[in-house]
Amino acid sequence: MTVSFAILAIITIASAIAAMTLRNLVHCALALVGAFAGLAALYLQLDAQFVGFAQVLVYVGAVAILIVFAILLTGGSEPPKQPVFSASWCVGGGVAIAVFGVLAWTIHSSHALTEGLPTITQTSVRQIGDQLMTKYILPLEVIGLLLTAALIGAVIIAMKEERTK
Amino acid sequence: MDQLFVNLKHWVVVLMPLSWQPLVSALISVAAIIAVFAALFALTTILERKGLGRIQNRYGPNRVGPFGVLQPVADGLKAMTKEDIVPRAADKVVHFIAPLVLVIPVFLALAVVPVGRNMVAVDLDGGVLFFFAVGAATELAVFMAGWSSRNKYSLLGAMRAIAQMISYEVPLILSAVTVIMIVGSLSTTKIVGAQAGFSGWLPNWFVLTPWGLAGFILFMIAAAAESNRSPFDLPEGESEIIAGYYIEYSGFKFALFFLGEYIGLFAVSGLAITLFLGGWRAPLPFLTWIPSYVWFFTKLFGLIALFIWVRGTLPRLRMDQLMNFAWKFMLPMALVNLLTAGVWHFMEPGFARWAVCLLLVLGPYIMLGRSLFVQRHLSKRTYRYAE
Repeated sequence: MTVSFAILAIITIASAIAAMTLRNLVHCALALVGAFAGLAALYLQLDAQFVGFAQVLVYVGAVAILIVFAILLTGGSEPPKQPVFSASWCVGGGVAIAVFGVLAWTIHSSHALTEGLPTITQTSVRQIGDQLMTKYILPLEVIGLLLTAALIGAVIIAMKEERTK
Repeated sequence: MDQLFVNLKHWVVVLMPLSWQPLVSALISVAAIIAVFAALFALTTILERKGLGRIQNRYGPNRVGPFGVLQPVADGLKAMTKEDIVPRAADKVVHFIAPLVLVIPVFLALAVVPVGRNMVAVDLDGGVLFFFAVGAATELAVFMAGWSSRNKYSLLGAMRAIAQMISYEVPLILSAVTVIMIVGSLSTTKIVGAQAGFSGWLPNWFVLTPWGLAGFILFMIAAAAESNRSPFDLPEGESEIIAGYYIEYSGFKFALFFLGEYIGLFAVSGLAITLFLGGWRAPLPFLTWIPSYVWFFTKLFGLIALFIWVRGTLPRLRMDQLMNFAWKFMLPMALVNLLTAGVWHFMEPGFARWAVCLLLVLGPYIMLGRSLFVQRHLSKRTYRYAE
């Protein structure tokens, strides 16, 4: 564990905690952006340039703006009156511990741990592009179709209904 | 002479102990970028005010120094000595961070723009992707500024800015993708390298191909919208919403917004030069003896002059015109241009390729323009007056 990893991990976790505990929803969204940026920096630290930049482009650039717009348009930008810690908190904590337990057990029992580390190869953007256009062409096209369908659906929902005469 | 600054940096770096060398090298690059482009910002403000003054038949600033050339110094001193006013209702922390979040990414974006032969701060494998990724962070800064001020005008300005930036980011990136398709690399130095050499008298720049010319024009229009330049300056809209998202900023924070806007303009112009105008390469074979960085900054000043000219000439768009233009004209043209670049790549070089690609660009342009014009139902303008 290097110093840079420790710093980035602390920043990411601190922003994630802030995103959960802050009172004002817009502050939460901004703290979440900090967590996204920290994750991107962690990807870059692992020499995964493409994933890191895509993380910034998609999450910091687009998803954050989407969240912020949603908060503003639904009028949730005023801080709530009731306290952050409510009665349902312990139930949520139980669910979180259960999910963590299942994930930890799966990772611990997977045979990826016993195989040892793979040899590190420098993955360039070109290799990712080649793979996307040859081996993973079908998933790529399916995702494209799905997103187009979602886009058309959103337009239809938002469209003003013409009154038929 | 061409490698003067590269050698100078190398000479300084070698003097340092071995373990310091990477750090010193990076620091020198960063200091050079900040110093050069901040100086360029000061120069551009005076050029812009003088140029706009010429266009509008007035003098422009002419009081500080000979012909008013020291005006940026006076402006800078004024900005630094002014009181920093923060509204009582404002969100103090977000209000303070917003200008920094705007300025840091635009300076970061300059790191991947090659300003001369061997003169790029970091040569990333995914340089163009990096540029657009850090550019996306500025939208958030605009929102933070607009929201934290607790002012309806500034929130309106921020909303306008975000809607405009998201809409024009699509044609901006799609028009840049054509170059990436042809070169087959996201690295800015490789893109400049692919435009080397001359065919006859003309350089092998991408702007001198049908798809490149269309891409360059689309890119420049989208770049003007991305950097909130007139005629796309609705987010500021002095006559409607006073100054948009930075209405509640004063003193040095306002100066930072101003700086961020101009540095963003330089960065996106620098990328346009890299993608379409051959980067730091000379336009004619017998001019190659002039140093590469001189060519880059000459081209940069040319593009800035174009932006100033456009600002002084065109009126501001309306919001619906802005959105219609982005989604009904720019986006289809950018997609058609993508197809054209593909055809160009796979056809044999020669006259037929030129003719087919020119037709592929011009045909949709004329048809799209005509059909949008018909849909407008234009007729003689009617006026209504209050009784």
